[in-house]
Amino acid sequence: MSAWTIGYAVLLYVAFVVLVGGVAYRVAVYRFTPAPLRIPTMPAPRTALGVVARMGREVGLFSSLFRGDKWAWIWSALFHASLLLVLLQHLRYVLAPVPLWVRLESPFGSYAAFVLVISLVGLLGRRLLIARVRFVSAPSDYLMLLLLLVIGVTGTLMRFADRVNIVGFKAFILGVMALHLQSLPLEPLILVHVASVAGLMLIFPFSKLLHAPGVFFSPTRNQVDRSRREGGMRVSAGNEAGTGTTASPVVREGGL
Amino acid sequence: MSDIVAPPLSDDVPTPDLKPDAMKEVRPFKASPEHQAALGFPGTLVDDWQKVAIRRLGELVEGSRALRVFLDSCVKCGACTDKCHYFLGTGDPRNMPVARQDLVRKVYRRYFTWAGRWFPWLVGAQDLTPEVLESWYTYYHQCSQCRRCSVFCPFGIDTAEVSMAAREILDSVGVGQKYCNEILGKVHKIGNNLGLPEPALRNTLEGLEEDVKEQCGADVRFPVDVVGAEVLLITPSADFFAEPHIDGLIGYAKVFHQAGISWTVSSEASEAANFAMFIGSHEQMRKVAQRIREAAIALKVKRIVVGECGHAWRVAYSFWSTLIGPLDFLDPRYPQPQHICEVTEGLIARGALRLDPSANDDKVVTFHDSCNVARATRMGDRPGGQFTVPRSVIRSVCAHFVDMDPNTIGDKTFCCGGGGGLLTDDLMDLRVKGALPRLTALNTVVQERKVTHMAAICAICKTQFSKVLPYYGLPREMVISVHQLVGDAIVLGAKD
Repeated sequence: MSAWTIGYAVLLYVAFVVLVGGVAYRVAVYRFTPAPLRIPTMPAPRTALGVVARMGREVGLFSSLFRGDKWAWIWSALFHASLLLVLLQHLRYVLAPVPLWVRLESPFGSYAAFVLVISLVGLLGRRLLIARVRFVSAPSDYLMLLLLLVIGVTGTLMRFADRVNIVGFKAFILGVMALHLQSLPLEPLILVHVASVAGLMLIFPFSKLLHAPGVFFSPTRNQVDRSRREGGMRVSAGNEAGTGTTASPVVREGGL
Repeated sequence: MSDIVAPPLSDDVPTPDLKPDAMKEVRPFKASPEHQAALGFPGTLVDDWQKVAIRRLGELVEGSRALRVFLDSCVKCGACTDKCHYFLGTGDPRNMPVARQDLVRKVYRRYFTWAGRWFPWLVGAQDLTPEVLESWYTYYHQCSQCRRCSVFCPFGIDTAEVSMAAREILDSVGVGQKYCNEILGKVHKIGNNLGLPEPALRNTLEGLEEDVKEQCGADVRFPVDVVGAEVLLITPSADFFAEPHIDGLIGYAKVFHQAGISWTVSSEASEAANFAMFIGSHEQMRKVAQRIREAAIALKVKRIVVGECGHAWRVAYSFWSTLIGPLDFLDPRYPQPQHICEVTEGLIARGALRLDPSANDDKVVTFHDSCNVARATRMGDRPGGQFTVPRSVIRSVCAHFVDMDPNTIGDKTFCCGGGGGLLTDDLMDLRVKGALPRLTALNTVVQERKVTHMAAICAICKTQFSKVLPYYGLPREMVISVHQLVGDAIVLGAKD
């Protein structure tokens, strides 16, 4: 058992605990911090179901970003979608036996790696080239993109250019998961790729990557529009996303 | 208007090049120790201000999920950077919403996050220095809390929340803004923002009764403190005497008159505005709102109707239930509170008003969506009613209606440039420049669609436009109240 194997196993254990524990702690903090005033960005849904739909559009389609900045939307939509496909593809390295759907997804996840790298270059490019975005960028904003690029490029190289001992690596990962260590193949691409991923896991709960859990707790997006007493009015079921283009509603002047 | 020059109007507002520190020296007068003391804030900068400010920031973050999530979640994507009217009008990069938030976020990271404590240079964290405090005072008073940026943020980060928190911290260390804090003192002492005492209020309203009688021959009443009236009207005090606001008040009175709804204003709560929202003080906001609850109970009214005032409608619609609720002593058959436009629209729909739209045939009207109404409230029973209800009212009383560029109305509306507690002469430069996006869209419909008037439902918007329109070569009389159009179109006498 080499020092590398033990070192990387410990690194992964620590990264996992920090990621899961850190995010869980942060989510708990968000959950238990009061939100005394209702501040949904209007027009907002009038029902909880409507809020689920609104959040679905935000998280699934980045609907607000789409309205705000088309290029940012394109790059970030490509990035997140390809990241999702790549992560699913990676299930084949941690599951034994590999489920059929993972096998079927695998080619998509593999080629998505190119989209991932291209979109990261796009995101980095606009951060460097647009003066407004450059003005608000800190070193960590660039470094996070670079870290993701390192992960993406090493992963793509291992898959398509410089094939590594992936069978040996899977044995190592399964060993880590079973608390029964198997030796780690000492190939530079593997070492860099895994260390970078562990680094990303470690910074996740302490950085802007918290936007992932944060968006679900954003009061402007997750609150129902129901702050006043609405006597004499009906809750209209449809038109949750109304933006003023519909026919004018009828306000009942009951009791007159 | 001597040294303030409005940017030239073209057919579009280009995203400006960054002009760092362009607005660094523009800041409002600070509150005097007396103004501060009246609200329970320290009179001058306290000795251990840094400690006090950081402690207050911690308390605010612990008490506001919004603030916590917003300070953590920004990824600096830049979607908001070209959305603020003050950035578009000034080019100062600190007026980009994310950069404005970052003034507080840097300090939050430094003192409240692990990364900022250990690697401040890496994550852009910063100590709270006197310069940073001064930059808070400057740039958080160049934010009208209009929430336009929050519409486009993928996480819904609302700069208004950060701006309110920053002003609250500034107040807590003894650095208040004169305009807001002086006005809040007047509300507590006299009952309204303008410091209009009860005899003057009665006198003004009696004068209005005479004017309306002279004008159209009807005995339209403007009642004060009438116990047992059906409706308590809560309206911005500018409606009592400022132009063009007062014509809106006459419009409300004519609507109530013709519909046979008894109503009253309260001398104890003769103000809808609640500037405590602007300074981010929940305690002040509750106190100011509480007057209205007490007045409604004392006057034994069945309903509360709010007049044309943007942020007041936000406080009433969104915050009253939390601050002074429940309003269960009012008639449950009505929305409580209700907006005057909802009342009028409902009456029109029922045929309860006799209208002659030809009274407004001399006008081609457009409508300015006020930011707080558009992005923080609703009217009617559907999402988006805040856009359709006032337009429906206008269309019922005026044959010629034109909307401005769709990217500048609805929830994408541009602030008038004077909201959020910035409607003060010491910020005239900012107000003129901040009006650029709205007035560009207005000018386009003036040129292309022969628009003559812009109707609004916010006292701040009306005052701001009256003041800044001339800087852009547009007549100040263009801005009118929605209920001026209604009042002019109501045919009195026939259905009385």
